Amino acid sequence: MSNAAARAARPRRIDPASLAPFAALAVLVLVGTLLNARFLAPDNIANVVTRASFIAVIGIGATFVIAAGGLDLSVGSMSAFIGGSAILLSNASAGHGLGTALAVGGLVAIGGGALCGLANGLVITVGRLEAFIVTLGSMGIFRALTTYLAQGGSLSLTPDALQDLVRPVYFGSVLGMPVPVLVFALLGGVAWVVLNRTPFGRHVVAIGANEEVARYSSVAIGRVRTLTYVIQGGCVGIATILYVPRLSSVTPTSGLLWELQAITAVVIGGTSLRGGNGRIWGTIAGALVLESVANIMVLSNLVSEYLIGAVQGAIIIVAMLVQRSLRRN
Amino acid sequence: MRHGVIGAAAALAAGILLGAPARAQSGHYTIAVSLPTADHGWTGGLLYDAKQEAALLEHAYPGLTVIVKPSASAADQASALEDLTAGTKPDALVVLPYDSSQLTGAVRRVKAKGVFITVVDRGLTDPAIQDLYVAGDNPEFGRVAGKYFVQKLGHGDVVVMRGIPTVVDSQRVAGFQQAIAGSGVKILDMQFANWSRDEGFKVMQDFLAKHAHIDAVWAADDDVAQGALRAIAQAKRSDIRFVVGGAGMREVIKGVMDGNAMMPVDVSYPPSMMKTAIDLTVAHLVSKAAVRGTFLLSTVLITKDNASEYYDPNSPF
Repeated sequence: MSNAAARAARPRRIDPASLAPFAALAVLVLVGTLLNARFLAPDNIANVVTRASFIAVIGIGATFVIAAGGLDLSVGSMSAFIGGSAILLSNASAGHGLGTALAVGGLVAIGGGALCGLANGLVITVGRLEAFIVTLGSMGIFRALTTYLAQGGSLSLTPDALQDLVRPVYFGSVLGMPVPVLVFALLGGVAWVVLNRTPFGRHVVAIGANEEVARYSSVAIGRVRTLTYVIQGGCVGIATILYVPRLSSVTPTSGLLWELQAITAVVIGGTSLRGGNGRIWGTIAGALVLESVANIMVLSNLVSEYLIGAVQGAIIIVAMLVQRSLRRN
Repeated sequence: MRHGVIGAAAALAAGILLGAPARAQSGHYTIAVSLPTADHGWTGGLLYDAKQEAALLEHAYPGLTVIVKPSASAADQASALEDLTAGTKPDALVVLPYDSSQLTGAVRRVKAKGVFITVVDRGLTDPAIQDLYVAGDNPEFGRVAGKYFVQKLGHGDVVVMRGIPTVVDSQRVAGFQQAIAGSGVKILDMQFANWSRDEGFKVMQDFLAKHAHIDAVWAADDDVAQGALRAIAQAKRSDIRFVVGGAGMREVIKGVMDGNAMMPVDVSYPPSMMKTAIDLTVAHLVSKAAVRGTFLLSTVLITKDNASEYYDPNSPF
């Protein structure tokens, strides 16, 4: 029964639009290489793909939220907040050994993320409020709490031995693959299965496509919707675990505007901002597109540093227009 | 000049601490301090310094009330200025405007009520409004860094990481360009890193990918420099001889004291100029000290020799 709404929302054949983000990425790689051959240097590619991991991981969570017709503006602030909390609690437990500190930090990040997501989700579903307003509010709350924890300065992992211990989480690689890339690839696989091959995933898409129909199909709307925010929070936790080792610190500007980048990655990836479909791999491609555009801008000498933002904005709009034209055909 | 005035302010503060002069004890004064909220390291230090000085002066002088009001945006600050002067009237306003042009009108309206106006760091578009202007010397900030590059490198290619596109940033970059003009130091590339650690990391990674040889980096900010150093360490590049930041962050000053080879110096732009501004304003109210005018802090090259003067282990910045 409940599958009916979901099935209606799912494409029956391979939708050319689902290939659009990958086509956009391919075009960008080509353009980047033409502008500066160093773009394809293994080091540069590794840098860009690794840097894209935060937005890719957060975007995977955002795909669930947006597919269900929701929105989460708090992810960037949330990441800074749980990162700051994890650093403080790791530092405090460093006296019991570095292993303990590490475990505490990891648990705080993922558990804290899930709790923050749960709070967002419950206020939205139980309180029957607009997701936009609720998460705009929590965005301010998380950001201010971070600034409060840091007293306006920065929070750093201490002692240095702890910094050295966590550094490979961002800078390390396994079989030539940077760790953060492995993380988002694995997470993407799991998320794809959950979204496309489980009843929960079908319910997520169903309530995004038409909440009324889903309700008549006895989908537990409140529970499913809340869970999407918990998944989003957990993803923010994972992204934070990748982020903190990079600079070993969190500042009040950490994660600034990540929410907009994550939403942009999701939309470039082919998920409708209105909900009703979700494309995990598209989102990851979208995150790579965003990071590549920024990298190409710096590598090329074509654009004045004052105009980079304008060119980035134009490229995103063009990519979306191309995607729309593919959908019509 | 700088030492003279600071000395006077310190002597005044000490005088207050030791038992305020009789004529001052009779008066009750209120000072409103309006500044941007702690949105990055430097403004964090600013707020910390403002609060510290407020507590110190209120303790020293029982008749004095200092209201510290941080604002999150220019619009927010304009409203805060209205609130601070609605119904009540402070004797003086110490203001670090979020944005020069947007807040000039709001500060002018406060001035019209007869409030003594002290402007800090970012100037208003109409300087006639301010009674006292306390600021760092931004062109000099760039020149001091530029001179160091010329002296240290002689010849070489440097990359520049700019701040947030503002007048402050443009003046600094112009000062730097002026100092290296005609020398063997050449700017290879310039990008905005927005005074952020993460942006510093990213931009440096891209600079390293783009340029096979870089002699030195002017990050113009200590947060940005921290990010750049991580990117350089990751790339294992040995061509970069040093990175120069700016502002005087606690960890960086500590590094200069300890002889860090990659960041051997720093350029001062202390958030504690807020303390100077509040001190001078109180001096004007309490003892009618002559403070009207402009007070420009010198920009100092912080080296191993003088670093301890700029080190506050308790500062969040």
